[in-house]
Amino acid sequence: MVQGADKPMDTERMVLNFGPQHPSTHGTLRIIMELEGETVIKGTPEIGYLHSGFEKLGEYLDYNQYITITDRMNYLSPLCNNVAYALTAEKLMGLEVSKRTEYIRVLMCELSRIADHILNVGMLAVDLGALTAFLYGFRLREDIYDLFEIATGTRLTTSYTLVGGLMRDIPDKFDEAVIKVLDNVDVVARDIETLLNKNRIWQDRTKDIGIISKEDAISYGLSGPMARASGIDWDIRVQEPYSRYEEFDFDVAIALNGDVFDRYLVRMEEMRQSVKICRQALDKMPAGDVMVDPDLGFSLPPKDEVYNSIEGLIYHFEITMRNRGMTPPIGEAYVATESPNGELGFYIVSDGGRVPYRVRTRPPSLMNYSIFPKLIEGHMLSDAPAIIGSTNVIAGELDR
Amino acid sequence: MLLSKIITKVHDKFPSVTLDTTQFAGEDIIHIQGSYNLDVLKLFRDNGFNFLADITAIDNLTLGGFERFAVVYHLLSHETAERVTIKAYVPEDQPELPSAESLWKTADWQEREIYDLFGISFKGHPNLIRIMNPDDYQGHPLRKDYPRLGRKERDDFPVVKRGINKEAAQ
Repeated sequence: MVQGADKPMDTERMVLNFGPQHPSTHGTLRIIMELEGETVIKGTPEIGYLHSGFEKLGEYLDYNQYITITDRMNYLSPLCNNVAYALTAEKLMGLEVSKRTEYIRVLMCELSRIADHILNVGMLAVDLGALTAFLYGFRLREDIYDLFEIATGTRLTTSYTLVGGLMRDIPDKFDEAVIKVLDNVDVVARDIETLLNKNRIWQDRTKDIGIISKEDAISYGLSGPMARASGIDWDIRVQEPYSRYEEFDFDVAIALNGDVFDRYLVRMEEMRQSVKICRQALDKMPAGDVMVDPDLGFSLPPKDEVYNSIEGLIYHFEITMRNRGMTPPIGEAYVATESPNGELGFYIVSDGGRVPYRVRTRPPSLMNYSIFPKLIEGHMLSDAPAIIGSTNVIAGELDR
Repeated sequence: MLLSKIITKVHDKFPSVTLDTTQFAGEDIIHIQGSYNLDVLKLFRDNGFNFLADITAIDNLTLGGFERFAVVYHLLSHETAERVTIKAYVPEDQPELPSAESLWKTADWQEREIYDLFGISFKGHPNLIRIMNPDDYQGHPLRKDYPRLGRKERDDFPVVKRGINKEAAQ
């Protein structure tokens, strides 16, 4: 039971505006809270402050151009968005990518998952006053972002995938750099757990806060770590494997209480499982191309050919010009992937043209956040940052 | 397995509601009449499709279809890991269909989003207001007849003046 919730104080009801510019909202979230004393009677989230019309824009950009937009949705793990979108477009066009492509995608997705979870745990801790855990986590996240920079050229807006493959292959000796970071993940995870797990303040502020029952989790459409912390054994990587996840050996982390503490535990365990997957991906990394056969008319030619030969330039224009390029059949495809936040799905409808007719993102953040009014009811105001932190809502993905 | 059984059940129970059943890239798509969406969704939910993954809409203005708008439900069964797409068609002159909020709470925010961006309203929704755009916004941006650059909404934003008004001070 939350302290104070059982004995309401005799005070006037107060309406408090929380956000959209508040340090603990991590983006532009606004919540209108009705308080009695320090107890929240009702919290009404107001979203849309970062609405950018990505879905409308998708109807005017061709399939490869839209990949740059997906970077900006969940900006903590852009590679997962890239992969999810590329998988959907490939399903629509009936393309089969090479095994090496799929393994590199798995490696990149799992590194993103580690970076995303470690930042989420760190942010949750710093919102509750534990600064050290945040600094440990942020240091590791920097190392992972360095890896992204080595492989993709950028830290944040990676745009690493193309429809039918990858922008570029991973460089030589990339695996050595990755293993160096992976060795560090366990150390950092242990450090954070030593600081937090048995910490009295941490336990008081996270245990029995924001409990989600199994039924609610399904009814509200929760997925990912939030659903698994409520005891739902559902991981798309295992149940509906995509991108050859079935070839990797890992466990699904599940907790039963569904409170903030359990969501933290699930994320910590998932990081360890991601390390396992990364190591296997590096060990078994097959040789080959990272782009589908150029004759199919889907792949852009290598950049040095475009710049230095007339054939390459002609070929490049054949793919990118307004009246040429890849055209999928008339139809629609929905692909669900397991992003760090949960089920990230893309739904593309094609009318046979160069640009999609409709691009819909199934944002896990929107569903995960929609349960917030129910969670905050009856809790103290100071529990709001804990609950928001544990839902890991990313405004870019929430509002799109 | 589960899916094909339910699809035959839908055909048996609501023969006039089902407009068509198609397949694309190995996915089953069931096309139904919009006003009967709750009956079909309830049948699916009671037969194992316990998870409503996503609701969205399509404006069929140039694509063609049974009606102008299609509200698309993506259902998932946690038992058998099967997915199905249900497209409920809504006419242009009366874009309205029953809300699925009574079956799944997740429909609440997603139907608000469709209402906001497509202008399709949902009967029985507890709080059908705009979610992404401001409350006084005109138009529905994801409709195909809405221009990409908007209808001059940017020019009409109220300007908040801060600090000392220099012109007035002089």
